[in-house]
Amino acid sequence: MWDWIKIAMFGLIALFAALAASWARDLAYQVHMLIIMAVAAGLFIWSVRTAGEAQPALATGTAEGYNDGVIRAGVIATAFWGVVGFLVGVFIAFQLAYPQLNFEFLQGYGNFGRLRPLHTSAVIFAFGGNALLCTSFYVVQRTSAARLWGGNLAWFVFWGYQLFIVLAATGYLLGATQSKEYAEPEWYVDLWLTVVWVAYLLVFLGTILKRKEPHIYVANWFFLSFIVTVAMLHVVNNLTIPVSIWGSKSVIVWAGVQDAMVQWWYGHNAVGFFLTAGFLGMMYYFVPKQAERPVFSYKLSIVHFWALIFLYIWAGPHHLHYTALPDWASTLGMVFSVVLWMPSWGGMINGLMTLSGAWDKIRTDPIIRMMVISIGFYGMSTFEGPMMSIRAVNSLSHYTDWTIGHVHSGALGWNGMITFACLYFLTPKLWKRQGLYSLKLVNWHFWLSTIGIVLYAASMWVTGIMEGLMWREVDAQGFLVNSFADTVEAKFPMYLVRGLGGVLYLAGALIMVYNLWMTAFGKQQTQAAAAAATPAE
Amino acid sequence: MEDTFTFLAVLSRSWAMVAMLLAFLGIVLWAFRPGSRKVHRDTADIPFRHEDAPLPDGDGPTGSQDRTEART
Repeated sequence: MWDWIKIAMFGLIALFAALAASWARDLAYQVHMLIIMAVAAGLFIWSVRTAGEAQPALATGTAEGYNDGVIRAGVIATAFWGVVGFLVGVFIAFQLAYPQLNFEFLQGYGNFGRLRPLHTSAVIFAFGGNALLCTSFYVVQRTSAARLWGGNLAWFVFWGYQLFIVLAATGYLLGATQSKEYAEPEWYVDLWLTVVWVAYLLVFLGTILKRKEPHIYVANWFFLSFIVTVAMLHVVNNLTIPVSIWGSKSVIVWAGVQDAMVQWWYGHNAVGFFLTAGFLGMMYYFVPKQAERPVFSYKLSIVHFWALIFLYIWAGPHHLHYTALPDWASTLGMVFSVVLWMPSWGGMINGLMTLSGAWDKIRTDPIIRMMVISIGFYGMSTFEGPMMSIRAVNSLSHYTDWTIGHVHSGALGWNGMITFACLYFLTPKLWKRQGLYSLKLVNWHFWLSTIGIVLYAASMWVTGIMEGLMWREVDAQGFLVNSFADTVEAKFPMYLVRGLGGVLYLAGALIMVYNLWMTAFGKQQTQAAAAAATPAE
Repeated sequence: MEDTFTFLAVLSRSWAMVAMLLAFLGIVLWAFRPGSRKVHRDTADIPFRHEDAPLPDGDGPTGSQDRTEART
């Protein structure tokens, strides 16, 4: 029965998408409908060919063991989108240094303005999102001692999310954007993401509900808060009314400063729950696993969790200092941001102190080293962030490259490094290998990334503060000394250093992909395992 | 839509805010309740059990007695 429903559903979707493509009002919508038509038609044919066949145990939910197939796919997707996102990032960094790279023949598709959201979404939502998907599915199964709930629903979440990424990315290049930072996709892509996200919540919650452990391990609390909060943020920030059902353009229901406030309530909590809570879920599982000792203080992790939940949601207005937003609101955001410093550092200490008694592993285990530097960057950017949210500091730092430097020390340092460490942990486990292909290459990756981040963050501090000081410099008569173009010219050397930092980071990621590939698919080379077998000198 | 602002302004100085603060403090105190140490130690060890296979269906949540897989 279900086969016939599927066939009918895919057929109808393909037909509707074909109609929509022919009546499309704009190019982005047309291309998207063609993509949806192709996907639905492919699934239609596949459903027809497999209709009536005996269901594999996987689909009926009777399969034994953990559902690791979807996690393997997630690991591959994370590595792939990571490289894509870093590559675009490096390219746009050089576009800023050398505007000639905004090629004439790519005007309207490949210029900075179109590529920048592609970069941000690729690294945050494609790289980070897939990392969260696969690690949360891995962790929730192991800590619940239960197979993923919902059978093939997890696969729907995975492929549905990839479709969302493709639609978002192509939309940016073709000009479909609602111009909200980190929430650029247009209305129908938003609706699709909502469907996928609800399925994600069901799979995750269903697995927790059928758990065999009496307690819900703290990592799952973080993952669950991430899923629930992102659902809420996404829906409220994307309450738009489409101009036409045959076009990509939509209009938001919020107006003026309310819209700005909703956008940054969304924007900062995307940082707080997507890039912080979700990744803390990774930290609370994978750091203890790799260090082979339980988390330093479980009590502290509970306080850490609830303090973040109660505080983060208020911090958004610090993005809107000196705007039409009332002073009391931006003061509120500033105060909560500063208060956030404490629980953030509590979490950092909890992560680092998990290694107490095993500090030697920093010297011997490059994966632990990656985790430690990632937690270090978490601590650094959660100190820098509250500082920058103070109104007086913000008057210097806002709209300058300091902000970009802050974001990248968090994203490259904390999110990137912890994700790399998790991928190194997961790949041998998921493909049933004894160890990684090469620990030496992990070491190379570690140093390339670290030096890359340092170059990036340092150059952005210098150029950001310089820019901020140049903008506010006045002469004896009270006239501004510098024009905007003066600051652009002065920033050129720092832009080169930043680009170089990006190249190093990308090179590290490529080495990781090679290493992971050889671990999973290469001929069984167990250099790492062999090294472990030789007695210590 | 000045109402939204008024609403938030009132909320931020209201009993709802006090209630949230008390809820938070209550959670923290609850985490430090007597006897929580044993529970937390057991919970913190969850990642070191069931690494390779789930527990079979049928029996409900298990207590800590049949934990065999110790961390290394």
